[in-house]
Amino acid sequence: MSRHDISLTVNGTEHELTVEPRTLLVDALREDLGYTGANVGCDTGRCGACTVRVDGDAIKSCTTFAVQTDGASVETVEGLADDGDLDSLQAQFQENHGLQCGYCTPGMLMTADTFLQDAEDPSRDEIREAIEGNLCRCTGYHNIVDAIEDTAGLAGQSQ
Amino acid sequence: MSDSENPTAEDVFGSAVERQEDVPLLKGEAQFTDDVSLPGMTHLAVRRSDHAHARIVGIDTSSAEAMEDVVAVFTGQDVEDSGVPNAIPTAWDLPNLVQPQYKMLATDKVRHEGDGVAAVVAESPRVARDALERIEIEYEQLDHVTEPSEAVDRDVPPVHAEAEDNVAFDFELGDAEAVDDAFAEADHTASVDLRLPRIIPNAMETRAAVADYESTTEELRIWMTSQNPHLHRMLMSAATLGIPENRLQVIAPEVGGGFGSKIYHYPDEAVTAWSSMQLDRPVKWQATRTESYQTDCHGRDHETTAEVAMDDDGTVRGLRVETHAGIGAHLSQFGSATPSYLYATVLSGQYTIPAIHARVVGAFTNTTPVDAYRGAGRAEGIYVIERAMDVAARELDMDPVEFKKRNLVPAEEFPYESAAALVYDSGEYERGMDTALDHIDYEALREEQEELREEGRYIGIGVANFVESAGLSPSEAAGNLGSQAGGWESSIVRFDSTGTVTVLAGTADQGQGHRTTYAQIAAEELGVPLEDIEVVEGDTDRIPQGMGTYGSRSASVGGGSIARGAREVREKARRIAAHQLEASVDDIEFDDGEFHVAGAPDRSMHIQGIAHEAYLGHDLPEGMDPGLEVTDFYDPENFTFPFGTHVAVVEVDQDTGDIDIRKYVAVDDCGEIINPLIVDGQVHGGIAQGIGAALFEGASYDEEGHLETRRMDEYAVPHSTQLPDFETDNTVTPSPHNPLGVKGVGESATIAATPTIVAAVSDALQPFDIDHLDIPITPETVWRATGGND
Amino acid sequence: MHTKEFDYYRADSVDDAIEQLEAHDGAELMAGAHGLLPRMKTGEESPPALVDISHLDGLATIDRDGDTLSIGALATHADIAESQQLKQHSSALSDAAGEVGDLQVRNGGTIGGNIAHGDPRSDPLAAVLALDVELSVQGPDSQRTIDADDVFHGAYETAVRDHEFVTGLGVPVQDDAVSAYAKRRNPLSGYAMVGVAARLRLDSDTVTDARIGVTGVADTPFRLPAVEDALEGESVDGDIVEEAAGRVEKAVDPSELRGDSQSSGEYRAHLLSVYTEKAVTAALNRAG
Repeated sequence: MSRHDISLTVNGTEHELTVEPRTLLVDALREDLGYTGANVGCDTGRCGACTVRVDGDAIKSCTTFAVQTDGASVETVEGLADDGDLDSLQAQFQENHGLQCGYCTPGMLMTADTFLQDAEDPSRDEIREAIEGNLCRCTGYHNIVDAIEDTAGLAGQSQ
Repeated sequence: MSDSENPTAEDVFGSAVERQEDVPLLKGEAQFTDDVSLPGMTHLAVRRSDHAHARIVGIDTSSAEAMEDVVAVFTGQDVEDSGVPNAIPTAWDLPNLVQPQYKMLATDKVRHEGDGVAAVVAESPRVARDALERIEIEYEQLDHVTEPSEAVDRDVPPVHAEAEDNVAFDFELGDAEAVDDAFAEADHTASVDLRLPRIIPNAMETRAAVADYESTTEELRIWMTSQNPHLHRMLMSAATLGIPENRLQVIAPEVGGGFGSKIYHYPDEAVTAWSSMQLDRPVKWQATRTESYQTDCHGRDHETTAEVAMDDDGTVRGLRVETHAGIGAHLSQFGSATPSYLYATVLSGQYTIPAIHARVVGAFTNTTPVDAYRGAGRAEGIYVIERAMDVAARELDMDPVEFKKRNLVPAEEFPYESAAALVYDSGEYERGMDTALDHIDYEALREEQEELREEGRYIGIGVANFVESAGLSPSEAAGNLGSQAGGWESSIVRFDSTGTVTVLAGTADQGQGHRTTYAQIAAEELGVPLEDIEVVEGDTDRIPQGMGTYGSRSASVGGGSIARGAREVREKARRIAAHQLEASVDDIEFDDGEFHVAGAPDRSMHIQGIAHEAYLGHDLPEGMDPGLEVTDFYDPENFTFPFGTHVAVVEVDQDTGDIDIRKYVAVDDCGEIINPLIVDGQVHGGIAQGIGAALFEGASYDEEGHLETRRMDEYAVPHSTQLPDFETDNTVTPSPHNPLGVKGVGESATIAATPTIVAAVSDALQPFDIDHLDIPITPETVWRATGGND
Repeated sequence: MHTKEFDYYRADSVDDAIEQLEAHDGAELMAGAHGLLPRMKTGEESPPALVDISHLDGLATIDRDGDTLSIGALATHADIAESQQLKQHSSALSDAAGEVGDLQVRNGGTIGGNIAHGDPRSDPLAAVLALDVELSVQGPDSQRTIDADDVFHGAYETAVRDHEFVTGLGVPVQDDAVSAYAKRRNPLSGYAMVGVAARLRLDSDTVTDARIGVTGVADTPFRLPAVEDALEGESVDGDIVEEAAGRVEKAVDPSELRGDSQSSGEYRAHLLSVYTEKAVTAALNRAG
């Protein structure tokens, strides 16, 4: 069976690795490169716990073959914090108690962070639609919506 | 939060302190079981039955064994031949309970789709799964049954030879004669049939284990997704693996949700550990989502008829309940306790019902085992009494709020002994109801409802009261009822020699925020700042004993133990302070970490400084041993009884069947509140799961006995656009017997939300002469019920 | 969970991709892989080789070319949902693309792959029918176009042949047309339980031409001629929309419709009528 040498830039660091064609991006990140932040929840592209950004777009890394992303720039939850400090979104998740078990959180953060790059002053309904592809079994979403809403509000204030 | 940042140690208890555990989770640095990677680690996959019920005729593993990178293939016979105990036990005995042997891998028969038959260990997870398909198994298919009442009523082959009629137990509670009398004398009766489908818990992290056996020391270490690592240690030692308990270390690292499903000892984790012992190599296993759906214990699965007897004035005289409860193909640890004692004992709800009788037939079926899922037993029981009360009010043509209020246990009756064998510790039920109703304008909504009906629009108001027995459990009482385990909890509160505090707790967090709430308890009792307190859970080598996290017990029993231990530590420190300050112990006052002599505030010592003195041991009271730590075992004298009232306002679209939740109000009384942020979070998540059961969720089997809901795009875990914002509020009625006055809140909202939503939808559909719709109430259910298909 | 093993080839041109398809028996094209990969994980499909076309240049563009809007096959659903040109001239397609799955799926999934995959629950397929979209297809020896009405043959079956490559879509620009897409989402999968795209051409208040495309309801996306006929030649005033949508239940046989845990065929047939009315009304509202 064929194997492929690929390179991935993850959170600014370039990595070379060899993968089977069927290696999923999430497995390459977790098993080969040690970025264990993204989690596998459903494994069928539904739950979004594996969400990362590839060349700027939030995607589900369990529904992407690693070999397809050869040469891409990948951002994972490990890249969000700023010099070890929580970024604004992460801080709002903590302040609003937007996480409980934390398993869905890395994917939820990556989706929300991507959404907030374009959304100004989003409504709660718009926020709920943005995170529709990220399932959480613990929080009932209420506090997650609060956290994203507050992050957007703070960004609006600072502009 | 800004008003509560950096609270002093004194006011930290009760404050909305941000969670101590969040930062690593937010950074993606927290370690879940699947994040554990060991040198030389192999990967295990389980070959599962594709059939609901079949005799195993033969297994050929040779082709799988021949594959490159396959390390070993094991069958149930291999496990049996190894001589390990190989019998997953139940943890709760009942009279005449049938307890067939539950093996780690099937040998004679498969009893449900998903039963493990063989295991492959390989160098990579992909090879292990590829090899599963090369295992050839010859089956002789047998008839199967998936519905509980059919299993015992119809002539079907027994799931287990030990139970020819598929009856696992036939349980009764209450006074049948008194109930018969009440029904004979009462002015009215009402009756409702209820089907509670199977709920799949759906922790976002599927079950996983990494086992590492060292043959030289004969020690086994296992990381696993566990709500109760000590219970898993005990069960693996005594019941499945036979390894001495003192050579077995169970670690529950971060656990991605449980909701009950990670309480139990499943075959897969045992097989993973056993394989590591056979191979002397680390072995990792993680369930796929489909395996999780096929093997994680499901919840509920009840078929019930409930009858209420009441008088003209709305006084309830009696309640009669008959239930068939699905047990699944195997008896899980609390598979017998959940539908019996955890269920029937709450059937009185918040009401003074003088006569109650319940009969529950537990049925083996060719399905995934059923056990406790968030709200376990109590959710089913409260659903029964609340639906029965609503239907009874309808029968009397009485407003349901008025009817329910009329029958509440009055505040002055506590402690209240119900006709269902519980003694409720404390409660102010009418205050809870009134607080919830204050969030809506009930009368105005009733008027709006009338007006909108004229326009062909249908709104409904649902009001559900709940009370639950939480804080499992007083050991002796539980033992008398059949429990095979204790109900205590244990902790160690330790001052380190430099003045920091380590709290070792026997419970195990899966998202509840124990590290924060326990630190708040210790800070309150010891006057030490939060940042100086470290809470440790989930490692049997660090925490000697514990029972774990289930049944809303961590705050009350675990937290109670920590409070007791901290108080004892404080009293020892007080004696050291008295000695060194040369004052009598009775003259030493304690305030926010400082011991001082009464009337002489400058003569003082801080408790963190005393810790240093305690370990120096140079100047201690005569006869006192050095050190400053306490090991506590707390066995509560009773359950705690959280209660509350939830209210939903819904609008139902007759044309499409769509149900819109306009407002959801939750008023919970969990006794004293340690951290309002965390309490709200527990309530939110609980509501979500309760609404999920009411409107969306439910596992189903097809005619061949295959699980139809196999993936997350087939089983309806609620997503963000399906749920409303929640309005929460609290009343506080402390538990009189708990050291902290807390009652627990983990399950309350799940228990309350399902009957609340069903009541609201049924209320909206009153013009269509609908008293009750079974869950999940999908839009199509509504469309059909309102005559859309006529 | 993982897929069966397969060989992987990255194409550097459309021609190269077609050559790879010919060279490897059973090979399939892959762009976003959002339709294919989940089905490979469950074993519903297991192609021995995949030809990756996701990196080809110039196939993700959206350009106006005379009376046609040309959409490259590699345009993502997000690209299409956000395109101002498409919002203006073919809103049913923008609506439908914006309704696909969730944010992450819209970022990853491509329109060409979506159509070629032929999932009968996919949102854009209804818009393809309603907007009379023409598919551009390149094969080993020739290029051809496929009319909207000829594209869909069954569940996961389309007119695109084995060694063919969908290169793009042509959407007619009609200044007298309005369109919209209305969907009942399957809450589990995010796909359409019922999805209706309506395109109406108007001469002042009169409907001169109507096309209604339906997805999610049967094994093949289809049109609703009975409803189209009822609308054509009528003035949009009055109860015409409700009356036209009312013809749905006679036009379809519930026993031939898809049924699943969320909806029986009978309920789908009812919803089809409701959502047909919604889609037509939304389109008319865009006429202002």
